[in-house]
Amino acid sequence: MNVDGIEKAALTAVDAATDELSLDEARVRYLGRRGELTVLLRSLGGMDAAERPAAGARINAAKVRLQQAIERRRNALAAEQLEQELAEEAVDVTLPGRSRPGGSLHPITMTFRRIERIFEAAGYDVVSGPEIEDEYHNFEALNIPADHPARAMHDTLYLDNGMLLRTHTSPVQIRTMEAHPPPIRVICPGRVYRKDNMDASHSPMFHQVEGLVVDEGIAFADLKGAVVDFVHGFFEQDLGVRFRPSYFPFTEPSAEVDVQCVHCFGDGCQACGQSGWTEVLGCGMVHPSVLANVGIDTERYTGFAFGFGVDRFATLFYEIDDMRLLFDNELRFLEQFA
Amino acid sequence: MKYSEQWLREWVPVAVSTQELCDQLTNAGLEVEGTAGVAGEFSEVVVAKITAVEPHPNASRLSLCRVDDGVGSATVVCGAPNASVGLVSAFARVGAVLPDGTVIGRSELRGVVSEGMLLSALELGLDSAADGILELDAELECGTDLRVALGLDDVVIDIDLTPNRGDALSIRGLAREIGVLNRLPVRVPRIDAVRADTDTEFRVEVANTAGCPRYLGRVIEGVDLSRPAPWWIRERLRRSGLRPIDAAVDVTNYVLLELGQPMHAFDLDQLSGGIVVRNGRRGESMTLLDGHHVEVDETVLLITDHNGPVALAGVMGGERSGVGTATCNVFLECAYFSPQTTAATSRRFGINSDAAYRYARGVDHQLQATAMERATRLLVDIAGGRPGPVVEAVSEKDLPRANRVALRKSRLDHLVGEEIPVEEVERILDSLELSPSWAGDGDDLVWTTTSPSHRFDIAREEDLVEEVLRIHGYDAIDTRVPIVPLPLGRARVNELLDTRLKDLLVDLGYAEAITYSFIDPKVADLFDPGGDPVSVVNPVSSEHAVMRTSLLPGLVTALRTNLSRQAARVRLFETGQCFRKEADGLAQLTLCGGVLFGPREREGWAHDRNRVDFFDVKGDVERLFALGGLDVAFAKAADPVLHPGQAAVVLVDGEPAGRFGRLHPEVETVLELPGGVYVFELEGDAVLARRRRRHGFVSRQPSVRRDLALVLDRAVPAASIESIVRSRLGEMLAEFTFFDVYAGEGIDSNEKSVAIGLTFQHGSRTLTDTEIAQHLDDMLLDLKSRLGVRLR
Repeated sequence: MNVDGIEKAALTAVDAATDELSLDEARVRYLGRRGELTVLLRSLGGMDAAERPAAGARINAAKVRLQQAIERRRNALAAEQLEQELAEEAVDVTLPGRSRPGGSLHPITMTFRRIERIFEAAGYDVVSGPEIEDEYHNFEALNIPADHPARAMHDTLYLDNGMLLRTHTSPVQIRTMEAHPPPIRVICPGRVYRKDNMDASHSPMFHQVEGLVVDEGIAFADLKGAVVDFVHGFFEQDLGVRFRPSYFPFTEPSAEVDVQCVHCFGDGCQACGQSGWTEVLGCGMVHPSVLANVGIDTERYTGFAFGFGVDRFATLFYEIDDMRLLFDNELRFLEQFA
Repeated sequence: MKYSEQWLREWVPVAVSTQELCDQLTNAGLEVEGTAGVAGEFSEVVVAKITAVEPHPNASRLSLCRVDDGVGSATVVCGAPNASVGLVSAFARVGAVLPDGTVIGRSELRGVVSEGMLLSALELGLDSAADGILELDAELECGTDLRVALGLDDVVIDIDLTPNRGDALSIRGLAREIGVLNRLPVRVPRIDAVRADTDTEFRVEVANTAGCPRYLGRVIEGVDLSRPAPWWIRERLRRSGLRPIDAAVDVTNYVLLELGQPMHAFDLDQLSGGIVVRNGRRGESMTLLDGHHVEVDETVLLITDHNGPVALAGVMGGERSGVGTATCNVFLECAYFSPQTTAATSRRFGINSDAAYRYARGVDHQLQATAMERATRLLVDIAGGRPGPVVEAVSEKDLPRANRVALRKSRLDHLVGEEIPVEEVERILDSLELSPSWAGDGDDLVWTTTSPSHRFDIAREEDLVEEVLRIHGYDAIDTRVPIVPLPLGRARVNELLDTRLKDLLVDLGYAEAITYSFIDPKVADLFDPGGDPVSVVNPVSSEHAVMRTSLLPGLVTALRTNLSRQAARVRLFETGQCFRKEADGLAQLTLCGGVLFGPREREGWAHDRNRVDFFDVKGDVERLFALGGLDVAFAKAADPVLHPGQAAVVLVDGEPAGRFGRLHPEVETVLELPGGVYVFELEGDAVLARRRRRHGFVSRQPSVRRDLALVLDRAVPAASIESIVRSRLGEMLAEFTFFDVYAGEGIDSNEKSVAIGLTFQHGSRTLTDTEIAQHLDDMLLDLKSRLGVRLR
């Protein structure tokens, strides 16, 4: 009885199996119903009874060893198989992903959002008004009668229906006060128009934000505080802010506001014309005639208003050197702000 | 206005530097726009006199000048046509450095050594052109440094005056302001009346006294205008930005600059009868000094003689009566015209002369007599002549009143936000010549001011607040933060913010554009054929002449810009107002539009190469409306701008709320665009409306899917199938999808195959196969009878 020989041959066959199929063939050949070890075990019946137990034990031990070898081989083959599959599924992780690129918001919109966020957080409402306005709201209600020299500062674009393109967002002040009694705290963002030629710093269409606060006890000192806080909030820096007396028919006293140049911080550079300052905003205490035009008691209420060019803030903040780029709508320009 | 610093310092001798002076003015509301030197940098240039002129032996166009430069004499080769014996001019000695860096050496010109150079205004940086060497006043001493002799170390200060400060539009006015800021008195030059040498008068009559409350006239006979005004007058005009013309005009301009009073000099011999200041008559016309011909009517104030108009009052004189070098007898006009009248004329004819500019802002109505004497003195000194008496027509009742305005201390402190000391307020009011009187005390203190005749902008309390604050200094006021109540608003569930809309479009790959609201009428008509857009009366250009009724012209133009700059894949959107004339007026609608073109995906190893089509734009429109969650339907549209087979309208509650599709190929052709441009345009209100979401019922029962392939006529819209299926199956239909649409081989040419996937789910029990089959049979019968659908 050549148990050892059979076991050796069987183990060799198991080790030689390269896949599940050949491993199973080896199993059937030695352990199947007609397998060599099975046949050998069955043949014990013809053996001497005294030798039978020992021979049986040897054969069974060989069977167990063989089964274990088969199991080990199966596991090894499965691991090999998995490894091969994983290798085949490997990708080049450095290739770009599959997606559609996002677009971009216009820098003017982003600037509006910065401004609105600052004022809304302080409790100002955001209101808007029509771009095609009448003479009354754009001029007369704001204390600018016909033939007033201040009209020359506006270069108005007139329309064939007797109306005009608003030259500033200030008419929204009037519309707001007509609709709501004080207290009023609003900003009015929007598009405005003037008969200017297009060049690096001018456009016949641009954007403004107007601010208006009317309440009891509002003073020039409050206006200064609001404007300084806004400038610091917008530029995220405590830049110097300078108030100069100026003139607007709808405010009295009126001021122009200069901000320390964001490029040179006051040292003087090309961007600020060596002055160290950039003019950014006009403001003042709401003129009593304007309040009276909308029926507000000027002894009880006072207010301040300010207005500024959003395009100016946008070009300063995003370092855009030519205003025409804003309205050219070239993707290579726009996508920088994605 | 441009001011000579030297001239100002003659009137008010302040000790501060130029920079400090400019800062003072800017901080007081008179914004200094810039400063500039009045001459280039040069050295070793002196006053010299030509003592002899001989022809150059070797050059016909050059001459040899003997020059006395105060130290000795030099021979100079000169090519100027005006070099003549006795002329006093500018001489660059050997070693001089000119503004352009030229160093003057002893140089030989055609065989003769030139020991220096005689100079023109151009070479000295005094002017931008010159037709000869400088002609200086004969009284100047030879050898004097030219910078000293001509006061060339002067600075021109350019101030951008606000419209309310007409009072500062002169040396006198600005000096007064500088005096206030430096607490110094102004040295007003003494101006005496000039005695009349003749009795000659020219009659003056004012018919419109409201437009012309005061008119002074004076005849000066026997003037000689053939010689120019002296160098110092011409130089001051030049430094102030005015060009010298002749002695009479230069004198009136000098008085304008010095005192702020516009004047006009007429050639008396061209006037007939007398002066009548009256409104025009229909049919009258005149040619102005600048050559323009204007037609006037009843609304225009004129200066006329018995032959008709001779000047637009306060704006510009007429050609017929203008003075020239041959004029012998002059009629000087010095008037006060009302600001409104002058501004109206100036605006109507688009003439912004120095006179109109000042009258419109207000001229001191007590200044005319002084100015007349000043001008007479100067003109007689320069051009000789015998002045007659001053004739004055005045209507006291039409002159501006001296404004009396009260200022309450309590109001001042309230508006400023802090207390300004009483002494400071009174010092400021005094220095501004506002003659304050006071009453009451403590918080009840009230000042009453009376404005001087040169200040016409102080009409109410707030104007005084500004004056006090302006001189006190805006920067002297502390800042404070407004203290206000903090009421809370309401959340608005039915509104989307446009930020959400824009953010979604950006996430969908669109770049935001901002296009002009005024567009080319031709493009407007292409996108809105036969439409009637609002037009701009005075557009910036003919390409920006009508207001847009749609965002598409701007967006498609932006697409063209990008294609011309080699972009291949373009997605742009814009939100903004569009303007449409409607029966009951003008509609200003906020629209949201977009344009798509090119490959669907950016180019990449993993991306398909398909170009965008109708269903890309529709998908994006669906995403936008999904934000609000309203019921939206789509229907085929007839839209002249869109491809007839690829045009859809969006319906919200059955009402049109937008359109989208492919641009009409003819529009693409006209705009020279390649084919395949897709656009959408939606009404802002409709996209931003939002449905309030509520929890309904979520079934936990198992679902069953059935797929069906249907064959039907090509023309039947898919939406009809979905609508019948949904109404037939009702609530048990949990999901519906079109998972395939096919036409071509195996399908009749006028038919299509549509595959639909149906997911069934019951709210409370498991559905049986039998029951689903029964429902499907009923549904197919319905589809067959109503749409001719059969199973494939």
